[in-house]
This record gives sequence, structure tokens and C-alpha cells, in this order.
Amino acid sequence: MDKKRRDFLKIAGLSAIAGVAAPTALNTLFKGEVIASDHGGGHGAEPQGQGHAKIEVPTGKRFGMVIDVNKFHRYEGLAEKCTNACHSIHNVPKFTDPKVELKWIWKEPYEHAFTEHSHYKKNDELHNMPFMVMCNHCDAAPCVRVCPTQATFKNKDGMVLMDFHRCIGCRFCMAACPYGSRSFNWSDPRGKDKDGKPLIAKENTKFPTRTRGVVEKCNFCAERIAVGQEPACVEACGATKAMIFGDLNDAHSEISQVLKKQYTIQRKPALGTKPSVFYII
Amino acid sequence: MIEKALKGSSLYWTWICVLLGIMGIGAFCYVQQYNYGLGYTGMSRDVSWGLYISQFTFLVGVAAGGVMVVLPYYIHDYKTFGRITILGEFLAIASVAMCLMFIMADLGQPLRALNVLLHPTLNSMLFWDMIVLNGYLALNIIVGTVVLQAEYKGTSPPAWYKPFAYLSIPWAISIHTVTAFLYCGLPGRHFWLTAILAPRFLASAFAAGPALLLFIALILKRTTKFDIGKEAQNKLVTIITYAAILNFFFLGLEFFVGYYSNLPGHMHTLDYLFWGLHGYDQLVPFMRFSLFLGAVALVVLFTPQLKKNDKTLGVGLVCLFFALWIDKGLGLVLGGFVPNPLEYVTEYTPSLGEMCITLAVWATGFLILTLLYKIAISVKLEKELP
Repeated sequence: MDKKRRDFLKIAGLSAIAGVAAPTALNTLFKGEVIASDHGGGHGAEPQGQGHAKIEVPTGKRFGMVIDVNKFHRYEGLAEKCTNACHSIHNVPKFTDPKVELKWIWKEPYEHAFTEHSHYKKNDELHNMPFMVMCNHCDAAPCVRVCPTQATFKNKDGMVLMDFHRCIGCRFCMAACPYGSRSFNWSDPRGKDKDGKPLIAKENTKFPTRTRGVVEKCNFCAERIAVGQEPACVEACGATKAMIFGDLNDAHSEISQVLKKQYTIQRKPALGTKPSVFYII
Repeated sequence: MIEKALKGSSLYWTWICVLLGIMGIGAFCYVQQYNYGLGYTGMSRDVSWGLYISQFTFLVGVAAGGVMVVLPYYIHDYKTFGRITILGEFLAIASVAMCLMFIMADLGQPLRALNVLLHPTLNSMLFWDMIVLNGYLALNIIVGTVVLQAEYKGTSPPAWYKPFAYLSIPWAISIHTVTAFLYCGLPGRHFWLTAILAPRFLASAFAAGPALLLFIALILKRTTKFDIGKEAQNKLVTIITYAAILNFFFLGLEFFVGYYSNLPGHMHTLDYLFWGLHGYDQLVPFMRFSLFLGAVALVVLFTPQLKKNDKTLGVGLVCLFFALWIDKGLGLVLGGFVPNPLEYVTEYTPSLGEMCITLAVWATGFLILTLLYKIAISVKLEKELP
């Protein structure tokens, strides 16, 4: 074997070893995932990992919501009551043109709320149920990722919030949101409609009105949580318990208990956004 | 040197006045939009980006396309492109200027634009897009003016400009890659969620940019004594042809992946753009016309008799430019919003005022381009034809 060829083989061998070892080393370096390889050790036939995205690691609080669609179906008018409570408390202006309307929480039929589920041969009742849709306060929120000014951000309680004074109105977050939960102020929300009626029927002076040219959405009533109140929609549901709000990371919270017992679904889970809103159907 | 822009024929001044007129109308419309809000446009909560952002996206491509003459000249020392390189750099300046104006026109709160710098956000692709676009603008201003200034004075350009010229080449690739990243990193928008988006953008840019450049060169050849030369022209045609083929090949790949995989999300927008979705088919005639124009352009670019004749070549270039403009300057951005995340279809028609503002930004770009080209060509002709 001549020298050149032997050198080549040496280098090839070393590269192969490096190639195998490098990903592990890098993983250890970046994520501290040393244990991962130990796990599979004793159980030969077990899969080496989960097909799923990384498991959500609870850190601090993470507020979430469970929406019981059956109850919304049973109590007629409850959906509208929730929407009205939210929209009046948050000074959401009422534009009638659906193209420019603003909405924080509203009802949708099954096939529009759950676009990626099959709609074939589902019972009639399901198609008549009102599905309340809103911001999902995703754990991995695409809107937060794309915002160029951090005007939309996730607070320490896992709520995705808006800074109306920092937003430049680029609407990148609207393109990024996979749930259509964001609204833009296409014109002055403090103004009047064609008939001269104010767009905000009765202003709540405890919550800011917005200026034109900024994005807004459901804020999980962060301002109410801060003073120990429930979110407006949850309060509107009252004793029906159609909506349950609480800390998903607290094993003893009511919402955690419900999620442990009931089968729930989230909207578009395949996108990896990890929504914090769950539905009981 | 700037005084060259102040002396011109009556045709030159008429052209300037037409552009200024369009800019005036656009400025008037913009004041209205500024006072009313973006509801002045045809955009909606479902189609939340419209003509402004789609023109921006297309023009980033035109700007990046200039690199197709800059690269052979600087990297391969291809002297034949000597006369056209400066035109490529100046086209990049005008295009990036238009991009920045379109972004400003699209902001809901334009006075807060500097928040992007005050609160730099490294995970936002829009932040990076701002960096690369302004960087590219600066690079082209530096290289273009230094080289032209030297030519004007009859000296050779200072050595320090060379690193900037070399840097502008990968930078051109970066502007269109980052612009593609604005779209292809969004999990819920299937039409944009394709790793081939940046290559697609680059292919269409390398066809559309040089096509516009060569078309302008053909006009200059007829109206002035400025001729880029037969060899440079043929070489550009070759570059445009390959880029155009790549562009249509990539488009075909999107069709294959969408329809062979049968994934609804991947098919919806293609359905909407080329066949119509749930009866909504506003963009179908445009998209089909785009394919037709592209086919005509390829026939011209592949037929020796047609591509050697300046007139037919010009027609081919215009066809190609508009084919790519429809594909990227309309279909790509507008189509991506259909259907909306809740799978409703809302169509978008730009308002009249919005179209006037759009035209005015184009007019401003062409004004910048005209002035820069006037200076460049006057200097070059003066030095070459004593």
C-alpha cells in the first residue's frame, strides 16, 4: 500500500469517526442532551425517540384555557355573550365590513376552526356547534418570532401580549399567525361608522383604546388576571363552566385536573406552535 | 458630475415631467392614506399584505439581478461587461430605493419605523431584511459612484473600493434569500412554506433583473450613442435564458410536490392561482397569462433569428419581465393569503389610490434610474467620443 493511499484511508477513517461523533457532541454542547442516549440503552426494541416535537418543559406559569364546546352548544347565546363581554371590556370597535372588522374571540363552525381534521361523515350536531376561536397564546408563537420590534411578546406567565405603542403596523404577525387570530386597525377605531354611531359603543376607561395602524388580539385578559379577576369570557360563562382558565403548569389547578380527565384537542397541533387553548368536543 | 443630469434633450425632459406628474398624484394619494389609515387600500384582515409588499418582493429581485453583470466583471474579470456593470449597480440603487419606499408605504405607523432599530430583534427576519437592504444600497452607491467619479476625472478608481465591489456579490444573494425567509419560515402558510422559495426567488431575480437591464440597454442603443456591444448583449441573453429556464423548472417542482403528494395545504393556493378555489378565480387570468408570456419569452430566447434581432429580442424581454412580475409581483404574495387560516376565501382588489401610490413609487424609482443613467452615460460618452 503506497503512502498516499494509506494517508487517505487514515483521513477517511478519522472523518467517519468525527462524522458519527460530531452530532452527539454538538447536541451535548447546545442542548445538554446527554441523557438521551442512555435512555434507550436497556430496551433494545424501543424506538430511539418520539416522533413528536420536543416535549414542553414547564418553566414558570403558563396560562391556558379549556373550552367545552358541548356547553356552548347547550346554552344558546353563550358564544355571543362571551364575545360581547370581551369586546366591550377591551374597547374593540365594531366595524360591520368583515374585511376590516376587528375581533378577539368569536364563534366558528367546526370545519373552519379545525381545518386539518376530516369533516367527512361527522354527526350533524358537530357541524352545528359553535367553536369559540381566539388567540391560542402559543408556547412557540410564530407571531412573537417574526415581530421586528418585540411589540408582540410572551410575558412570564406564558401570555402573548401586544405593546400598542411600539407596533409599527407591518402586519408580519398577521401573516405568521396560523389561526387568523390577529386584527389590524385599518382606520381610526375611535371614530364613527357611516351612520354617525361611535365604533366603540361605550368606552371602558380602564383599558386603552387603540390608534389606527396597529395590530391587536386577545390578551387572555392580562390586565384582569393582574388584579385577581377572571378573563372576561370566562366570567361571562359563569357557572356553566364552558370555559376554564388557569395555569397549565400547576398540577393542582382546575384546568390541569380537567385536562387530565378529559380528551381534548388543540387547533393545528402539527405546526408545532403548542397552543394553550384546548377544546372538549 | 451631477450637472450632466441637468442637460438633456426635450425627450429627456418630457420623460422627467411625466414621472414627476405620476409622483405628484401618488403623493396626493399617500397623504389621504396617511390621514385615513391603511383601510384606504384594498387590503383586509385576510389578505393583510397587498400590492406594496408584493412590489417590494419583486423589486428586491430586480436589485439582486444586477449581480449577474457585476459578478462576471469583478470575479471573472470579464471586461466585456465593463460598460454595463455600472448600469447594473445603478439599477440596484433605484430598485432598493423603491423597496424601501414600498415598505414605508405599507406601514400602519410609518413614524415608528425606527423602532426596528431602537428594539433590534435578531429572531425577526424583517430586522435582517432591513440590514441587508440598506447595506446593499450603501454598497452599490459606494462602488457605483467611486468608479464613475474616477472615469469622469480620467483616473483609475482608488484601490479601496474593490473589497466593497466583491462584498456586494454575496450581499446581492443575501438580500433575496432573506426576503424569501420572510415568507418561507411561517408554519401556517403552506404555499410559502417551501425550502425552494429562496432558490425560486433568485432564479426569477436573475432573469427579471438582467432582462430589464438589457431592455433598457436596447432603448439606449436606439436613443443615444451608448451601445453595450454585441458580445455583452449575447452574453446577457445567455444568462437570462438559463435563469428563466431555472425559474420555470422550479415552478414545475412546486406543481409536482403539491399535486403528487395530494396534500390539501400545498394544493389550495395553486388551485386558487391557476384554476380558482370555491369559485374565486380573480387571479387565474393573470397567472395563466404569465405562463403564456413566459412561454413566448422562452421561444424568443431559444430561436437564433429572434434573439439576434433587437426588436424581437426586446419583445421577448418585455414578455419575460411581465411574466415574472405577475408570478412574483402578484401571485406569490397575494396567493399565499388564500385561503385564510380558517379556510375562508377573501379576494383582494387594490383600491385606485393604492394603485396610484404603487405607480408613483415605480415612477420615483425610474426617476432615480433616469438621473443616474443620464450621468453615467454622459460621462462614458464624453470620455470615449472626444
